[in-house]
Amino acid sequence: MMRTLKDDVLLCLIYLAAFFAEFLLIGILVYVFVKGFPQMSLYFLTTVTSIRQGTVGIAGNLVNTVYLVALTLLIAVPIGIGAAIYLNEYAKPGRAVRLLLFTTETLSGIPSVIFGLFGMVFFGMTLGLGYSILTGALTLSLMVLPLITRNTQEALKTVPESYRSGALSMGAGKWYMIRTILLPSAMPGIVTGVILAISRILGESAALLFTAGSGYFLPRSFGGWFHKIVESGGTLTIQLYLSMTKAQYDVAFGIAVVLLCMVWCMNLLTKVLARKFGVDMSAATGERQM
Amino acid sequence: MPQIKMSTDKLNVYYGESHALRDVTTQIRAHAVTALIGPSGCGKSTFLKTLNRMNDLEDAVRMEGKVYLDGEDIYGAQMDVMQLRRRVGMVFQQPNPFPMSIYDNIAYGPRVHGIKSRERLDDIVERSLRQAAVWEEIKKQLYKPAMGLSGGQKQRLCIARALAVEPEVLLMDEPTSALDPVSTLKVEELLGELKRKYTIVIVTHNMQQAARVSDDTAFFLMGEVVEAGATERLFSHPANQKTRNYITGKFG
Repeated sequence: MMRTLKDDVLLCLIYLAAFFAEFLLIGILVYVFVKGFPQMSLYFLTTVTSIRQGTVGIAGNLVNTVYLVALTLLIAVPIGIGAAIYLNEYAKPGRAVRLLLFTTETLSGIPSVIFGLFGMVFFGMTLGLGYSILTGALTLSLMVLPLITRNTQEALKTVPESYRSGALSMGAGKWYMIRTILLPSAMPGIVTGVILAISRILGESAALLFTAGSGYFLPRSFGGWFHKIVESGGTLTIQLYLSMTKAQYDVAFGIAVVLLCMVWCMNLLTKVLARKFGVDMSAATGERQM
Repeated sequence: MPQIKMSTDKLNVYYGESHALRDVTTQIRAHAVTALIGPSGCGKSTFLKTLNRMNDLEDAVRMEGKVYLDGEDIYGAQMDVMQLRRRVGMVFQQPNPFPMSIYDNIAYGPRVHGIKSRERLDDIVERSLRQAAVWEEIKKQLYKPAMGLSGGQKQRLCIARALAVEPEVLLMDEPTSALDPVSTLKVEELLGELKRKYTIVIVTHNMQQAARVSDDTAFFLMGEVVEAGATERLFSHPANQKTRNYITGKFG
């Protein structure tokens, strides 16, 4: 009898723990949505905050976020994939490779504010890029590089050796083999790495505050859209933080809803891609049919 | 006098400390099937890989001696390894189609060597699949993933893929060891057809297979060629006691 009673109590506690964890999470989501949803409107998403005109909107921050994601990926994806290819296909095992792997792993564990500090001092001051989207993107590139490198490398490791020897035995050059066989086969891993990187960029604030700055204006001219890269630009998370410090909680919750939706979309995308790659690898690989 | 397609002269191969091939001097006749037999680890696969320089890809492999293709030293400085591998194709123990369509698998080699025209590729795909005796079975699914084929079909696809670049020599490393008896029979029948156009070197564990399909046989033991010669003679009147013991199943 004792035994079942003990079991029942434990079971109860476990249920309680599970319920508590779930409830907290759902509670937070509901709370954010209830508080933030009234803010949601086309006006909120498409205007820029201006004291003179009395408008409140996050269009500038949305654009900044897109710029930062795009620019960071533009820098980090080629370098990350290149590093992974080097480590997996070219480098001879030895001290240099171990050091590189160790560095990659350590980089991924560093608190992001330290990246921010380094980015501000090195890119911002030493290289003279100041507070700009470029400084922010360079800083974030360092941060997401390990994600992309590691995921690509893991994916390359799972490509069977027999594909490599098969291609080489037909007279393919090593780079041709990598381009036509390895990279297509490793695509799911690469895509996973990129999506993780995007999520990380979307959620980052500490590393951006003192690198990308907090500008929130939209470019006024066509050239301004290019010049924007070297101007200060705050992402949604930065604006959220600034709104909080100014006790503008309505705006903060509004931004939170937008961010949550974005993260949710990224998760959905990951699932869709995983299913697509999982079911039909061949559709994602090989040369395209004409 | 039959023409000699490939030959080796005092070939020695070392894997790190181990001496994998010892003074192998042998000749491979053109348009014949040469079987390499011997127990596991005797060096026959290593030997096969020296013939198209696939050994180059492995670290810690050291080689001495000469290998000739049509009298040309394939380890010579002027030899283009990619061209060599086009001329000396290879089929592996485990069927290894690429994760793409059947068509793209066959077209892979020709594309490597710069053929882009759709009509030419179409021709090559059909010709290669016919040569590998698998065209009739899979002609309706050319654009389906090669991974969906049966084991035997996959291996014949790989043979077709190797043939697509029109090699002169085809190296086969135990090509039927992962196949069922029916598929094995199909591949064996194929060899008789293929040798009219190609020179074939096949590594096999199966002595009946060597006796059935080959014209010449070389018996490897501990990295040395113990005996080599016409298959019929070697199996009926082996000159060496070790050969006799091996082919009568006393060891190995």
